[in-house]
Amino acid sequence: MHESPITGNGDVVKARQAVRVLAQEARLSLVDQTKLVTAASELARNTLSYGGGGTMRASIVTRGTSTGVKVVFSDQGPGIPDLDLALTDGWSSGRGMGLGLSGARRLADEFTLDSAPGKGTTVSVLKWAR
Amino acid sequence: MSERVPILKIGDVLLVSIQIDLEDQMVMDLQEDLSQRIVDTGARGVVIDISALEIVDSFVGRMLASIAAISRVLGAETVVVGMRPAVAMTLVELGLSLGGVRTALNLEQGIGELRRSRRNGSVPR
Repeated sequence: MHESPITGNGDVVKARQAVRVLAQEARLSLVDQTKLVTAASELARNTLSYGGGGTMRASIVTRGTSTGVKVVFSDQGPGIPDLDLALTDGWSSGRGMGLGLSGARRLADEFTLDSAPGKGTTVSVLKWAR
Repeated sequence: MSERVPILKIGDVLLVSIQIDLEDQMVMDLQEDLSQRIVDTGARGVVIDISALEIVDSFVGRMLASIAAISRVLGAETVVVGMRPAVAMTLVELGLSLGGVRTALNLEQGIGELRRSRRNGSVPR
């Protein structure tokens, strides 16, 4: 289990590197590593820009004979009032392109989003080795 | 002060080779530095080599698109070269197709692209 704070721009780079190491350890293919690291990068930036900072927890998970990497971002920020809207391509409450959440969901094999106004946001992505 | 990405000048082409995993601030600085260098040098072309980049997320993708747009306004054509196949597959799935950005497989082809478009006069000044 790798846990790291996401409180500054440098932490987005560190988060990417930590996820890369785990993805290699879990023997994800190069393309899947790239997809997972990219998804993590999007979510780390969201945690920073919209959640006001938070933490990333990344770990290798197994289910049956499958091995994968799960990355969970959580913050205590304002939360997301409308989850469906937030997952719409091109919709952004900030200055981004609105691809962060929807893109991360497409890049991952499994995706969860848990958020409510005033309750912060927890979002996870999981990628299995094939 | 944060590290900055070097910009090299070869004739009337500016070459940016991104060799490290970029922090967001470096990405913003690069956009600013490059715009200034285009104006200072009167460059007609910009080549951005991303062959060392292991990922391009939406932030960096947007930066590449806006650098291409800004340089065009300043009279220079931009070509992004060296994108790794895994990066290309990920970018498209992410939802970024970099529609407004010219790309080439490598530096040599990128410079060739610029020469060709120069001959066809696609960036009149």
